[in-house]
Amino acid sequence: MSMGWRDRAFPWRRLRKLGILGMNERNADFVLPYNPRALYQLVDDKRKTKTLAIEHGIPVPPLYAVVEIEHQIEELSRLLAPHGEFVVKPAHGSGGEGILVVESRADGRYRRSSGLIMTEEDLGHHISNILSGMYSLGGIPDCALIEYRVNFDPVLAELSYLGVPDIRIVVFRGVPVMAMIRAPTRLSDGKANLHQGAVGVGVDMSTGQTYNGVWRECRIEEHPDTGGELAGVQIPRWDDILAMAARCHDMVGMGYIGVDIVLDRDRGPLMLELNARPGLSIQLATRSGLLPCLWQIQALGDIPGEVAARVALAKALGG
Amino acid sequence: MSKLHVRILAALLIAVGLALCYYKVKVLGLPLVPTEQAEVWTVEARIEFKARRDTAVKVQFAVPRAPQGYTVLDENFVASDYGLTMDDNGLRRQARWAIRETHGWQVLYYRIHLAKDPTAEAAPQPTGVSVPVEVQTLPEPLQAAARGLLNEVRSKSADTATFAQALLQRLNASDPDSNVNLLRQDMSGPEEWTRRVIAVLHEADVAARPIYLAALKDNANRGSLTPWVEVFDGEAWIDLDPATGASGLPADAIVWTVGTEPLLDVAGGKSGRVEYSVRRHSQEMTLIAEQRARKMGSRVMEFSLFALPVKTQNVYRVLLLVPIGAFLIVFLRNVVGLQTFGTFMPILIALAFRETQLLWGVLLFCLLVALGLLLRFYLESLKLLLVPRLAAVLIIVILLMAAVSVMTYKLGLDKGVSVALFPMVIMAMTIERMSMVWEEFGAAEALKQGFGSLAVAVLGYLSMSSEYLGHLVFVFPELLLVVLAFTLLLGRYTGYRLLELWRFRGALKGA
Repeated sequence: MSMGWRDRAFPWRRLRKLGILGMNERNADFVLPYNPRALYQLVDDKRKTKTLAIEHGIPVPPLYAVVEIEHQIEELSRLLAPHGEFVVKPAHGSGGEGILVVESRADGRYRRSSGLIMTEEDLGHHISNILSGMYSLGGIPDCALIEYRVNFDPVLAELSYLGVPDIRIVVFRGVPVMAMIRAPTRLSDGKANLHQGAVGVGVDMSTGQTYNGVWRECRIEEHPDTGGELAGVQIPRWDDILAMAARCHDMVGMGYIGVDIVLDRDRGPLMLELNARPGLSIQLATRSGLLPCLWQIQALGDIPGEVAARVALAKALGG
Repeated sequence: MSKLHVRILAALLIAVGLALCYYKVKVLGLPLVPTEQAEVWTVEARIEFKARRDTAVKVQFAVPRAPQGYTVLDENFVASDYGLTMDDNGLRRQARWAIRETHGWQVLYYRIHLAKDPTAEAAPQPTGVSVPVEVQTLPEPLQAAARGLLNEVRSKSADTATFAQALLQRLNASDPDSNVNLLRQDMSGPEEWTRRVIAVLHEADVAARPIYLAALKDNANRGSLTPWVEVFDGEAWIDLDPATGASGLPADAIVWTVGTEPLLDVAGGKSGRVEYSVRRHSQEMTLIAEQRARKMGSRVMEFSLFALPVKTQNVYRVLLLVPIGAFLIVFLRNVVGLQTFGTFMPILIALAFRETQLLWGVLLFCLLVALGLLLRFYLESLKLLLVPRLAAVLIIVILLMAAVSVMTYKLGLDKGVSVALFPMVIMAMTIERMSMVWEEFGAAEALKQGFGSLAVAVLGYLSMSSEYLGHLVFVFPELLLVVLAFTLLLGRYTGYRLLELWRFRGALKGA
């Protein structure tokens, strides 16, 4: 790219040329016009998202139990008895807050994926915190979901440390436009948010191959904890994943969403959650701006109804 | 589409706001800066007389009409139990006090407050008002002396004005001839002299009348009015100094009344006397302009904030600054990209800083948050439910505030007492959120956001404590429409935030 003195002097001109989407522009031009307020509850409440996904035949991690009232915590051990491993998460959580992964159980104690041991009482307090709204936006009372613990596909094993790597896909008007893998690190404490220290790995839309890693704004070749090569990993069943993301748009009816998908060893791709305000950090991971693609789709009069056509469109645009 | 809509709306708001402001500055003369002061003169007339027993008392007293070069800010008539009527025949304005029964010495006051205003015109006199001058005719021997003098002067003058001036110069000459000496005999004071001058002018068929001036001299006590002479040259009345013949009025004087009628006329009383005193003081230009605008009958001022009771005005003086702070927050969040605890929390803290002063405010804020955090960490280990925990933090914050107040007061630090002005619920929420961030993202992040909020609060304080801005928004609240317009425009600002340039620096490096 040719760079004049103006571009050097005014960094925002360079960002514009790269097509980087800023927060103000995302909110004003994409989130506000394309995501009707009334639909937010479908995305914000993970329980509703899950129910809706099951209705639409989108695979999700199975739900074991829902704790809605404090009283239910007393029967926790009975509720959890059939499950050796599980995940506890707040229905209205965001940014991976309040998620607790239990790997195994012995003598009434729970072993977390981080290696920490928890007593029944500790677990009860955590759930009680969730119920009181500690992890929900605005502190409104919440409920706790206990669900299937994902055993991620060994293909991605090298990409993750103490947590589940997920695939984040931004979907605009039903067309997937950009994808990355978010891989937890020791620094991110098993969480998959880039600004908490997770690694972002860009994924080629047409092939499903990873090509680029970014950690704390720096380009990296290897995972900082596992040492695994970041580029060149082929994500299995890429077309299915793209199709799933496209169908999530049909499911909630929002025009601009982020879809989080995990690859389970046994169950294949599972939709974890949706996000109504995605798409800023992903540009760092893929080292490209969202705007050119978004504008192209905005300019299209009709978006094909069939999922397959939209996947094809996504691959053509991203290629 | 909506972008265009917002722009049109913003342009309209800006136009309305600026137009109103322009009108208030240009037409009503409201000052744009708070420091402008203007001179205000208070002239007080003290009327004293002894009332006769068992008769109704009527007092007629001449008072100024709108004087040239001054704005009348206020007028007071102080007389207990007297009924008051005003009368203005276009030339003379008179106050009439009346009472059916009274006795003994009576004191009435008339007070007028004047502000210098070069643009103020004298109240127009109806044209062709015949001056009700009862001419004092000169006694026989003086008539002859006057005629002799007049013939001499007339031969050396061109028109009425120069004739009158020349005559006065002759009458006041230091080397008087015999005619003048005769005319000057037995003159006991300026008032009598003025009457004599007018009588001489009448002898020459020149229309002349006395006027009475109040000299605006600070700290003048027990003064009296200065008589002056006006002659009619066929078109206008010309003012002349009866003691020198110089034309024009003296500087810093106002015309109190016109004509030979007595200034004070007491029916049913005796020994009537008037004394004048003058005081000068300075007053804020804003108040003067506001009073003047109201005198002008401007609808805009009818509905201004000055119409409210002073207590409510003071509330609005603070409230109207909040939009400035809110705009600052919008700017810092959407254009710069700063994060703060709670959207408008820094503004509420900044309002508290207004009362505590900046240094004390910052110190007390840090102290309160630090102590609150310590106790909050202890609460964490108790594993409390959310709402009870919040309530506990709130109670602790209030107790801490009370403790800090008592401690600083005992130490003799009066300012510490003002900690009570902090919005306690906001403080409790700030402590709660900060401890959450502390636990989830570490101390560095919590301190970063905490000091970020404090910095925004300080910025908010600095902008909201500006005397200049405070004056602008209170006197010209329509300027807030302009602030609203810019807020709307920022609501559709889709450019990058300043901190995003940092966030995306990786992308910039790669390019």
